[in-house]
Amino acid sequence: MTLIKHELKQGQATLLIWTSVIGFMLAACILIYPEMGTQMSDVGSMFAEMGSFSAAFGMDRLNFGEFMGFFGVECGNVLGLGGAFFSALLGISVLAKEEKEQTAEFLLTHPISRRKTAAQKLVSVLLQIIILNIIVIAVTFISICMIGEEPEIRPLLLLFLAYFILQVETAAICFGISAFISQSGLGIGLGIAALFYFLNIIANLTEDAKFLKYITPFGYTESADIIADKCLKTEYLSVGLVLTALGIGIGFCRYCTKDIHS
Amino acid sequence: MDAIKTMSLTKYYGKSKGIEDMNLTIEQGDFFGFIGPNGAGKSTTIRTLLGLISPTSGNARILGMDIIKQREDILSQVGYMPSEASFYRNMRVRDVIKFSADLRHRDCSKEAGYLCGRLELDTSKKIRELSLGNRKKVSIICALQHNPELCILDEPTSGLDPLMQREFYAILEERNAKGTTIFVSSHILSEIQRYCRHAAVIREGRLLTSDTTENLGHTDTKRVRLRGVSSLPDLLHIKDVQTDGDSLSFLYGGKLDILLNTLAGLPLTDVSITEPDLEEIFMHYYIDTK
Repeated sequence: MTLIKHELKQGQATLLIWTSVIGFMLAACILIYPEMGTQMSDVGSMFAEMGSFSAAFGMDRLNFGEFMGFFGVECGNVLGLGGAFFSALLGISVLAKEEKEQTAEFLLTHPISRRKTAAQKLVSVLLQIIILNIIVIAVTFISICMIGEEPEIRPLLLLFLAYFILQVETAAICFGISAFISQSGLGIGLGIAALFYFLNIIANLTEDAKFLKYITPFGYTESADIIADKCLKTEYLSVGLVLTALGIGIGFCRYCTKDIHS
Repeated sequence: MDAIKTMSLTKYYGKSKGIEDMNLTIEQGDFFGFIGPNGAGKSTTIRTLLGLISPTSGNARILGMDIIKQREDILSQVGYMPSEASFYRNMRVRDVIKFSADLRHRDCSKEAGYLCGRLELDTSKKIRELSLGNRKKVSIICALQHNPELCILDEPTSGLDPLMQREFYAILEERNAKGTTIFVSSHILSEIQRYCRHAAVIREGRLLTSDTTENLGHTDTKRVRLRGVSSLPDLLHIKDVQTDGDSLSFLYGGKLDILLNTLAGLPLTDVSITEPDLEEIFMHYYIDTK
């Protein structure tokens, strides 16, 4: 518990900034919707007819004239990308930062096993992701109430659930990598998040690259699918869960046996 | 029971040697010095003992416990002061000290307060505002506040001013008098000679010798200082010659009667023959074994 509290305290500024930025951008997008909505029928068809560009963002299958269609695309970019970056940064630095800041020697010579250290650090990452999501979901619902929209709840919650799982998966993979590095891995973390995002865009563009959806967690957060099917694609999701477990497992194995250098 | 006992402890970093075949025994209640030049393997030994790095082969026991299997139990009874005093930069001193105590599930506020007072440490400052000396003080408090049975201190005095060094050793001597085993690594021989009862010398990853500091300082070699002559007397077994105007000094490792007979024929105005200090022995004998 001590280490969880310590980690949350150390990360509170970062959490506050990312939560505010993502929450603010989501709220701003929702609040401008009524104004855009009136022009949306024209814009929507235009968006839908931009060929592969539309397909890349799933806009060919979403109705921009409806709130959920608009929210699906907008939410996908703000919460999807923002959340992925945030969780990648958390995951990649959670173990490695102790060696980078040269605090590992201090921390690990206290009577706390490596396994407990890694476990408490992982829990703190999950807690920070949960806190961000709770606040972002609350902000979204308040904003939706403010503009008087009454969207279907199930796909909306499924979208948030999918993004939450995406963040957990990204954090878990980065956590695994974090156990191997002793320098700042920010570049690696951001690179992985961006790579996942672009893999999904490529998968949307051509049928040949569809298999990429199995690799990237953005495969199961595709809002067009979620809104149409009202469920998450289990084939993509199950691969994601396996990758999550692998990231965590490898991270633990490595961290429990690695040499900590000064 | 021994406080520390290493059995053929060996650590290789890939192909390069950290320590090799280290057999070191430190009794409980001892004040033990661990001497060696930088890069000799002092920190590697300590970091292996504390489980920061795992040994390539061999084993060790601390307070009778296995360093690999009983790491947590060992760490709860050990206070460690790393050579680099690095902490969470944005935390306040008192929060770091409290965090360290919390990780041990102990309330050490009373002892921490006492030590902060003695070391004159301002606990309201942030770590990033501290000088190396003050960070060292934080390190000392984190290593001592829980009254450990064994203190392992890696180059503890670097960065501390002479007054603080004295205060620090005074605290260690008080702890030692109450039964705490003290294990200090250093490359400063004078402090080892002054405070430690036993010492071990390590070089290039190997233990050269382990004995009482008195025996280590006592050799057949003498430091001879002469005044009134400017050229070296005709003697064998002479090392480390230093000249300064009409005086000169050298280490002499031969027979004493030959030395005295030779000196008797010289126009000396002053002469002194003393035991060399550990530093000289270290510099001129262990380095010569290269």
